[in-house]
Amino acid sequence: MAAYLVRRLAQSVVILLGVTAITFALLYALPADPARMIAGRSATADTVQRIRAELGLDQPLPVQYARYLGRLVRGDLGRSYAQKIQVADLLWSRLPATALLMVGGIAFELLIGLPAGMLAALRRRSRLDQLVMVAAFVGVSAPQFVVGLFLLYWLAYRWGLFPLGGYGTAAHLVLPAFALGIAGGGWYARVMRSSMLDVIHQDYVRTARAKGLSEARVVLRHAVRNALLPVVSMVGLDIGTFMGGVVVVETVFSWPGIGQLAWQAIQIVDIPVIMGVVVVSALAITTGNLLADLVYPLLDPKIRYG
Amino acid sequence: MNVRPAGGASGRAGAPPAVTSPSDVVRTLRAAAPRVRVPPSPWSRVRRNRAALFGIGVITVVTAVAVLAPWLAPYDPAQQFTDGLTAEGRPLPPGGRFWLGTDLLGRDLLSRLIYGARITLLIGVAANGAALAIGALLGTAAGYFRGWVGTAFMRFTDMMMAFPALILAIALAAILRPSLWIVALVIAMVNWVWIARVIYSQVLSIGQREFIEAARALGVPTRRILARHLFPHLLPTLLVWGTLGISTTVMFEAALSFLGVGVRPPTPSWGGTINESQSYFLEAPWLVGFPGAAILLTSLSFNLVGDALRDALDPQMRGR
Repeated sequence: MAAYLVRRLAQSVVILLGVTAITFALLYALPADPARMIAGRSATADTVQRIRAELGLDQPLPVQYARYLGRLVRGDLGRSYAQKIQVADLLWSRLPATALLMVGGIAFELLIGLPAGMLAALRRRSRLDQLVMVAAFVGVSAPQFVVGLFLLYWLAYRWGLFPLGGYGTAAHLVLPAFALGIAGGGWYARVMRSSMLDVIHQDYVRTARAKGLSEARVVLRHAVRNALLPVVSMVGLDIGTFMGGVVVVETVFSWPGIGQLAWQAIQIVDIPVIMGVVVVSALAITTGNLLADLVYPLLDPKIRYG
Repeated sequence: MNVRPAGGASGRAGAPPAVTSPSDVVRTLRAAAPRVRVPPSPWSRVRRNRAALFGIGVITVVTAVAVLAPWLAPYDPAQQFTDGLTAEGRPLPPGGRFWLGTDLLGRDLLSRLIYGARITLLIGVAANGAALAIGALLGTAAGYFRGWVGTAFMRFTDMMMAFPALILAIALAAILRPSLWIVALVIAMVNWVWIARVIYSQVLSIGQREFIEAARALGVPTRRILARHLFPHLLPTLLVWGTLGISTTVMFEAALSFLGVGVRPPTPSWGGTINESQSYFLEAPWLVGFPGAAILLTSLSFNLVGDALRDALDPQMRGR
């Protein structure tokens, strides 16, 4: 296990390095010139050149990248071009909101998906099963901004049940978290259903029934517990899809998180901020994947990593 | 088939005549169970799936609308009507001369949605086709040659999967001033990884099978093995992912357009229409509702059909 952990950690570091290298190369190879954007339209060529030198943009790309990495390992993500503050500070101030939104999204997808999938499996091929599966497909196929705007219009604007976007109270969280989690809910419903169907035909479930246990006990104690394992261990993988989702959802609900920050930074080509968001997201995604891999053997003693 | 000398392979006297050739086995089985149940064809499995039929219907309609847009659209999608706005300059609600109402510039929403179907389908098919081609090519190469090629492939796809895809796509699209093809390319660059992984694992298992080994032993050139012996086995997967992937692509394009980095206005796209109307949508919900429904229905349909195809083509999914 320890050897596996070390290998996986090393892999994660390599992945992160690769992600930064590719992003760096892409963003710096693009035709937009940050120095000119900072200097403004009326700036002279001299001013632009001075800014370029100040930011180190006149250096060859590998030198720039090496410098960036050197600062990165010290936790320095550079300064925002637009707002003259440290990117790290900017990210720290936005992180809690996004983390909260993600926790809310995960809560919603599990609360919707797991019971729905369980019911569908237990009433397999019934009307209910068909209904759940169609609903799951609608959830998976609905773009988050469409769901978000729909919720805003009906629940917030017409019925006044929730605030019209913004951040602060628990009521503010409900709609964006739901919009973020609905697709995952549909997905989990399908995975949970199929996991339940796998389990329910296992010998130990038949044994439990044969022992004369009540159906509720068979389902809850024997089937559900085991069906949940492979499903719940996937939660770590959600972070990847959520990192994209938060950009859209935070834009729709004016939620002051990292997604909104990324969106604002992209529009003004604030490259240090874009890089910062990419690094933080990649870190979150890799950590999530790592957790998923590590949690699984803990839940399922049959799996051992050498 | 019968190349053995008569008398059987065993040659032991007194032994019961061994049933050895495959055709013998089939004949014996047929005799034992005269009515062997023939498994239903994939198409008939799809046909019995009502959700998939619904999906096929919607896809047909959307495709027809896209192709026939100039004949179906009641107005020019770019034309700003002076009577398309109220006296106070507000967009018109659905009904009357403009069936689905007008947008903030007084343009006919129905005509814009009809032309938007072209953008959606074109990007959906082009971007997903490109992703499919890249994914199939790299996945096949890695799965067939294994070794360091396979390892490099796995690590590279690991890395691609750690990318915050949408953020990168938005950044690229925003900086590149996107045209239709740039958007399609950006989406393809992000989406190919999943297909490549699936193809990789398939090729890995098929590549170990005897018929591939036999072809290799016979000295069949690698290119021919890949094209003639291996590729046909990948077709069902490619078909399923080709369909499911369009759904992902349609949603991706809509999200990019919604964020204002998709196909540039005045080209009418569904996500773009929502983006343009977002600030006004509480007063004019139809400007979000109709394009939103169009995106949802289209992506849902490709998902339903793709899922039905997977059920029909993948024996492991039978009876689920």
